[in-house]
Amino acid sequence: MVKANKSKNNFKNLKTVSINNLSHFYGKNENKKQVLNDVNLNIDKGELVLLKGPSGCGKTTLLTLIGALRTCQSGDLTVLNNQLNGASRKTRQILRRSIGMIFQGHNLLRCLTAEQNVQMGADLIKGLTYLQRREIARNWLSAVGLEEHHKKLPNDLSGGQKQRVAIARALSANPKLLLADEPTSALDSVTGREIVTLLRKLAKEQNCSVLMVTHDPRISDMADRILNMEDGKIYSAHSELI
Amino acid sequence: MIFSRLKFRKIPLAWLLLTRQPLRLAVAIAGISFAGILMFMQLGFRDGLFDTSVTIHKLLDADLVLISPRSKSSISMSGFPKRRLIQTLAVEDVEETAPVNLNYLLWRNPENLKTRSILALGFNPSDSLLLDEGFSMKAYKLRNPSRVLFDKLSRPEFGPIEEWFLSERKVETEVAGKRVIVEGLVELGPSFGADGNLITSRETFLRLFPANPPGSIEIGLVKLKKGSDPEMISRILNNSLPNDVRVLTKRQFIEFEKNYWKNSTAIGFIFSLGALMGFVVGCVVVYQILYSDVTDHLPEYATLLAMGYRLKSLFFVVAREGFLLALFGYLPAYFSGQILYSVIRSSTKLPIIMDADKTILIFVLVLVMCMGSAAVAMRKLVDADPAEIF
Repeated sequence: MVKANKSKNNFKNLKTVSINNLSHFYGKNENKKQVLNDVNLNIDKGELVLLKGPSGCGKTTLLTLIGALRTCQSGDLTVLNNQLNGASRKTRQILRRSIGMIFQGHNLLRCLTAEQNVQMGADLIKGLTYLQRREIARNWLSAVGLEEHHKKLPNDLSGGQKQRVAIARALSANPKLLLADEPTSALDSVTGREIVTLLRKLAKEQNCSVLMVTHDPRISDMADRILNMEDGKIYSAHSELI
Repeated sequence: MIFSRLKFRKIPLAWLLLTRQPLRLAVAIAGISFAGILMFMQLGFRDGLFDTSVTIHKLLDADLVLISPRSKSSISMSGFPKRRLIQTLAVEDVEETAPVNLNYLLWRNPENLKTRSILALGFNPSDSLLLDEGFSMKAYKLRNPSRVLFDKLSRPEFGPIEEWFLSERKVETEVAGKRVIVEGLVELGPSFGADGNLITSRETFLRLFPANPPGSIEIGLVKLKKGSDPEMISRILNNSLPNDVRVLTKRQFIEFEKNYWKNSTAIGFIFSLGALMGFVVGCVVVYQILYSDVTDHLPEYATLLAMGYRLKSLFFVVAREGFLLALFGYLPAYFSGQILYSVIRSSTKLPIIMDADKTILIFVLVLVMCMGSAAVAMRKLVDADPAEIF
């Protein structure tokens, strides 16, 4: 028991994301609008965090800043030991290879099969042959239950299947952090829950942290922690252990 | 299988982006091919012009050629004193000489009696005029007056001369209003300057064209002894002969004719401009295709950027698309060009050929066209903002 607690404490000390007084603005002069207001947040390794809040409260901005897709303007933002305030474009590009992203609209490449879409993620892993990367892609497709659909184009897949392909693609590059934006919004309740269960299982197996923006109350019970956001602030946070 | 084990092998994204939209690809290929064909035709005509203008020049049996300094080209030759040619014999390396008269005369089609301008060459049948072993036998027949050799590659408007001659029918017609008999056929080929050619003796030539002074010739052919240096002898003769004659090596004589068509007329410029138009049309087509392709796939490119792909990698994707389009578009253009060249050769007798220079030049132009357009279309990629895809 003692050993287990020690292990848990060590685990908790490893921060995947560390945010201190992060602020972000859009526009200039009189049109300048603050979307993030002194946000403070830590996400531990292997933690699944849900981020909720009304539309326009700054969730997506926070997600894109953590995902190294935007330049950090004010405050400290450390992701996977990389300080992003003042980070170069190159640093952010390299960091993005360690971050898996699942988009609301799947954003699968229409000209590629399900397998090839997943392999685009695996192709970012250095030192592997084409066959090894394809094997990784097939394994992830199998893990999300789509092994029989690997030759299908996105247009021939259902919404749920596309989302599974997007998850497989995000995980195929061995990410340390997974960012997901409303991954279940277009899915029915059963499929949505299946997806999050799968995401949680796979993330735990990969030992990567997950930050998921969602309005879906059906999956709240599956999170390690739920954060609420309003007017650019994370005004309350509480943990929910499953 | 070995290829699949390689580390550098990636999913052929550029290929798939192109081929998964067959209609767009077909339009792109059609546009590039059209531009390629346009360039093939324009450059083919241009080179055909230059080549045909020197068909006879290449066939002349000479190391050096004497012409008047006032001569501009074979279509505007001036005469010079024949004695200048005889004076060249004073140089030890000169083996023999041959005076040649050249002018345009009116040929009457013996079938429909219509007249047409034909290029006539007059020479002494005992001299060697052409680099053709069988020609001396034919030339022998020109010793009789009013006998001519007709170029069977002349345009059909001169009449069914070859057909009549081969059917052993007596071919008799008028040149410059005087009766002549076709005694044989030669193969020279028409040019942009002359639709047809005939060869006759100087005696007959002067009878057909009495205004030409007997002591004046348009071309003087000089053959040198084996081992002589034409360049050096040409310099010696140019220094020793009066200024009313100019001595050229055979190569210089060919260049002299080509340069006339290239520089002194608008023809070379017009065909080059035509080729440029094809190039520009191709650039616009490829740019439109690649630009709309990049625009359509912008969210997907942004996704790749969000995944950690470098912008440079995406540039390479577009560049590879440009390269593939160049290949896809060039091949139909090349084969269509071959067919069209063949049609033109048979209908106009112009020696338009698909030589290696043209094949490579137009491939390079198509490649530049596609890669250049791809480079411009790449600018749109900068608009792919990965932050906007969430």
